[in-house]
Amino acid sequence: MTNIQYLAPATLDEAVRAFAAAEGAARILAGGTDLLVQMQSGFAKPGMIVDVKKIPELMAIEETAGGGFIVGAAVSGATLERHPTFGKIWPGALEALNLIGSTQVQGRASFGGNLCNGSPAADSVPGLVAAGATVTIQGPNGRRELAVEDVPAGPGKTNLAPGEIAVSFTFPAHPAHSGDAYLRMIPRTEMDIAVVGCGVFLTMDGETCTAARVALGAVAPTVRRVPDAEAALIGSHLDDAALETAAAACRAACNPIDDKRGTIAYRTSVAGVLLKRTVAIAAERAAQA
Amino acid sequence: MTKIHVTTTINGEPEEFLCDPNETMLDALRNRLGLTGAKEGCATGDCGACSITLDGTLVCACLMLAAESDGHEITTIEGMAEGENLHPLQTKFLESAALQCGICTPGFLIAAKALLDENPDPTETEVRFWLAGNLCRCTGYDKIIRAVMDTAAEMREAAQ
Ligand SMILES: Cc1cc2nc3c(=O)[nH]c(=O)nc-3n(C[C@H](O)[C@H](O)[C@H](O)COP(=O)(O)OP(=O)(O)OC[C@H]3O[C@@H](n4cnc5c(N)ncnc54)[C@H](O)[C@@H]3O)c2cc1C
Ligand code: FES
Ligand code: FES
Repeated sequence: MTNIQYLAPATLDEAVRAFAAAEGAARILAGGTDLLVQMQSGFAKPGMIVDVKKIPELMAIEETAGGGFIVGAAVSGATLERHPTFGKIWPGALEALNLIGSTQVQGRASFGGNLCNGSPAADSVPGLVAAGATVTIQGPNGRRELAVEDVPAGPGKTNLAPGEIAVSFTFPAHPAHSGDAYLRMIPRTEMDIAVVGCGVFLTMDGETCTAARVALGAVAPTVRRVPDAEAALIGSHLDDAALETAAAACRAACNPIDDKRGTIAYRTSVAGVLLKRTVAIAAERAAQA
Repeated sequence: MTKIHVTTTINGEPEEFLCDPNETMLDALRNRLGLTGAKEGCATGDCGACSITLDGTLVCACLMLAAESDGHEITTIEGMAEGENLHPLQTKFLESAALQCGICTPGFLIAAKALLDENPDPTETEVRFWLAGNLCRCTGYDKIIRAVMDTAAEMREAAQ
């Protein structure tokens, strides 16, 4: 084994400097539930590991005005679960993060790692996209902010530039009568990879849906937002016709792989079914919020 | 390779050791510290045989670097009994034959204790989901789940 370095800087500036200076030989370590598996198999052979969990900004959870939140990119699912209000306001985003792996994996897995690992089936990503979350990124050229849906670039690829680190996720203010939800379909009941994942956020005015965001995972090379499904829901009473139009839009957005977990036809069909089920949960939550 | 000096707390006792930068916590426990209770079943986070707690949170020791334990608190199966006195979960696993070969047992015990510390009155469904990341090739799970449920009931009674 060649020389490898482990750094755990206490500031973001130090982390960015070391990460950028290593020019691609370094890997960021958050919960390690992807990175260590890749190192064990020899798929990743980093010359430097930059552990970001000593940087306060990456580990903080801050509630902002009107039910908004800023969640550090390396906060674990277990930590977020223990937060007194996050899961009450954003239950869909929380359930998406905590569908990841086992209790042990949830003790470490983060939104930042799930997004930056770049899996098309990453469970928390459709939840983040549906919530309308943005990610703050810091790199050698300073800070920028991207919508979460603009980060994935293909299997294992993101639009982060070399040396850039995901710092935190910003959840917008949560309008009254809104709710989010995430559902996934897996062949087992636990510990499996999504065949389809669906995140939905809705705002209701009485019977009428006034805002909607829909995101699908595992049915295309990246997690994707489905604007046609959103358009079908907005202005409707979430009646059967509107739901069927939205489901058809989800099926049309699918460009999935064919594998042992699900054929193309199966994944496509399930995308429509999950849309309807996820909308029902989000609507129920919106009615109570 | 330059070794890293780690200062940590294991089962309540201060501990110092040197490790490689890419060494897992599981390897450090087993190979450097002589704590062989945590097992390696898969080394990829799937089986839970390496379960430990890190600052009270259940994690896989195979998916954590030893260097990350610096300044933190680790508990392993070796810290579960108090001297000769077994933890009620350990006693119940023995009494109800919730183990056969025993490879998975330290992981199940650590994971089950973490559950009962957080939730003394879990439903069977909660126990099954909580323990979904612990695999056992021998028992068929039922005895394990029942042992956890029975221990929880007895501990609640004893606490009254
Ligand atoms: C047993 C098991 C089951 C799993 N089940 C699921 C599942 O059901 N659903 C699912 O979606 N995933 C699953 N995973 C994969 C994994 O747990 C998740 O992707 C998790 O969210 C990764 O987060 P992490 O903090 O552990 O990331 P890490 O492993 O620390 O990092 C992942 C990648 O992202 C990079 N990275 C991490 N943080 C940052 C940052 N802040 N800025 C820039 N780059 C960063 C790392 O360099 C690495 O390449 C599973 C893994 C295991 C071992
Ligand atoms: S050895 Fe760690 S989960 Fe299997
Ligand atoms: S008792 Fe043998 S693996 Fe569980």
